[in-house]
Amino acid sequence: MTLGVSETQSPDEGLPTDALVETAEAKEIEGRSPGEIAWTRLRRDKIAIISAIVILLIIAVALLAPLIVKLNGFPPDQFNKVDANGNPLLNTRDGGIPIGGLWGSGTSSEHWLGIEPQNGRDIFSRLVYGTRVSLLVALGGTVIAVVLGTVIGMVSGYFGGWVDTLLSRLMDIMLSFPSLLFVMALTPVVASRAQDLFGTPDNNTLRMGVLMFVLGFFGWAYLARIVRGQTLSLREREFVEAARSLGAGPNYVLFRQVLPNLVPTLLVYTTLLLPTNITAEAALSFLGVGIKEPTASWGRMISDASNWIEGNPLYLFFPGMALFITVLAFNLLGDSVRDALDPRAGRS
Amino acid sequence: MGRYLVRRLIQAVFVLIVISAITFFLFWATPANPALLICGRNCNAETVAQVNATYGFDQPLVVQYGHYMQGLVSPGGRTIGSEGNERNCPWPCFGESYQNGIPVWNSIKDAFPSTLWLALGAAVLWLLAGVLLGLIAALRKGRFIDKLSVGLALFGVSFPTIVFGYLLLFLFIVKLKWIPFPDTANAALFTVGPVKWLQFYILPWITLALVFAALYTRITRANMIDTMNEDYIRTARAKGLNERTVVFKHGLRSALTPIVTIFGLDVGGLLGGAVITEQIFSITGLGKFSIDSVLSNDLPAIMGVVLFAAIFVVLANIVVDVLYAVIDPRVRLS
Repeated sequence: MTLGVSETQSPDEGLPTDALVETAEAKEIEGRSPGEIAWTRLRRDKIAIISAIVILLIIAVALLAPLIVKLNGFPPDQFNKVDANGNPLLNTRDGGIPIGGLWGSGTSSEHWLGIEPQNGRDIFSRLVYGTRVSLLVALGGTVIAVVLGTVIGMVSGYFGGWVDTLLSRLMDIMLSFPSLLFVMALTPVVASRAQDLFGTPDNNTLRMGVLMFVLGFFGWAYLARIVRGQTLSLREREFVEAARSLGAGPNYVLFRQVLPNLVPTLLVYTTLLLPTNITAEAALSFLGVGIKEPTASWGRMISDASNWIEGNPLYLFFPGMALFITVLAFNLLGDSVRDALDPRAGRS
Repeated sequence: MGRYLVRRLIQAVFVLIVISAITFFLFWATPANPALLICGRNCNAETVAQVNATYGFDQPLVVQYGHYMQGLVSPGGRTIGSEGNERNCPWPCFGESYQNGIPVWNSIKDAFPSTLWLALGAAVLWLLAGVLLGLIAALRKGRFIDKLSVGLALFGVSFPTIVFGYLLLFLFIVKLKWIPFPDTANAALFTVGPVKWLQFYILPWITLALVFAALYTRITRANMIDTMNEDYIRTARAKGLNERTVVFKHGLRSALTPIVTIFGLDVGGLLGGAVITEQIFSITGLGKFSIDSVLSNDLPAIMGVVLFAAIFVVLANIVVDVLYAVIDPRVRLS
């Protein structure tokens, strides 16, 4: 293997292992771990940087929602039927469509993105609060799915035998469920179960928990299959054999030796599962089995707005765009992370 | 081949039984008392007891499950209703709706054609679009058209169906008025004629196809690039075959093999209902039926549609495995 291999030519294989050669260039490359190389690659990827910035902004909006809403002064649940001067904002004779604004959406210097027909709630404020629901549910569902998928996949791949057979069949069955249909049907069931279990009424905190649980429960099987495959091959590697011959137990091997090697896969899968779950939450709330009134959620807003598509199309446009931009940013970042960790996949 | 098929079918039946059991116990074990749902506002202790006896809710769950499965397995169906008011629910019996007493199987039969048209039309669309774009992108790798298709694919994957569907609806129905608002009467091809039918389905097809087309573009492109780097492609070229034969007969054929798997599973999954697309465009298919059942807590209907959908997924798995062996001679079924 020659030295001074340029970065673009399969860098993971081009790392000089021959420490005897002492050129400045060699030393510079020598000290970098695969993680560092991926990080450098990611930082050079303009699309990755832009989508990361967008995602950070979205997260900031979610975290700072109360402060941002204070800025425009309309809480998300407040009905605004008249403006500061007492003039009506909604046309009561026309089914409650906002008066004025772009395309009859009621946009003004006070209500930046307009107001809802009928109730006159501020769309900007609801959009900002909807970010919280969207990200929180997606994150919760993703964490549950990744933890379940990793543990079940590792156990299945490492122990083999009847454990593997049993868990693999379970994965097959989970994957052959019609998932959206099943998630949709199961959400109300789990919600009523959870009410009994925790003794709480059917509020939206409970609903969010239920959505996380359901998304997580139906999301782990695919990852488990991938993790199982990787564990199968990692199990046979020399370093695992060495550890076992020194007396390491399965816990040590799984969590100290197999798990660190799974990190790239888990990282890629997590970034790609997040947008899937964001879409799923929106879809469930859109269908009426997810988040309910009065809590703002993008899917719920789209479903409400669809009734006003003729009179007030902008009401539909804003939550739709919010959803689209968020999902796109996560997908772009996910692709970049995958390319950075494994340049052979995807781009070839 | 024959033995393999039999074994797979037995496996499929097993999987379906597991799914039916899980579904049944999950849904029927809900604390919401089904009797209260059925008798509605004029519930008193007496009517509840009567309803319980009628539907067999007073029996243990396992017995209820056995009774339910009898309706699906025995050719004569099963009897439902209380003593003195018994009626036969013919095979396949998914029970009767709590909401309106209509046999669930009849509702499924009525809803299925709409879903079938929707899924098949969309499938043709996304397969053509995806494979074509992916193929062009792979053959012109690195050029403008490649970057365009990769970009389009990424865009398509990220476009949530609810957003894209309403965008189409707003643009072509509300704003440009090229297409009338969806009217469910137009879902029937043979009564309204092809023009109205096409108008009814074209936007739902595009909506449903987008995400899949994007995914298929990516997969085809990646597979095709891999395949065209294979040695046998070089051999084919060295033999002096013209480029078209090399690309289509040697390259595409092998690059498309994985597509067959995914395509079968995707179509199979959609036959259980495309809930969101059907909801947006008011198509009274299985998806709409299932969401309506979920919202009205209609247990037999939910159970029926979930099982019906699961059957398609399981069958699609088998069909795909068999097809795979037919297309790819390296695969041995055993």
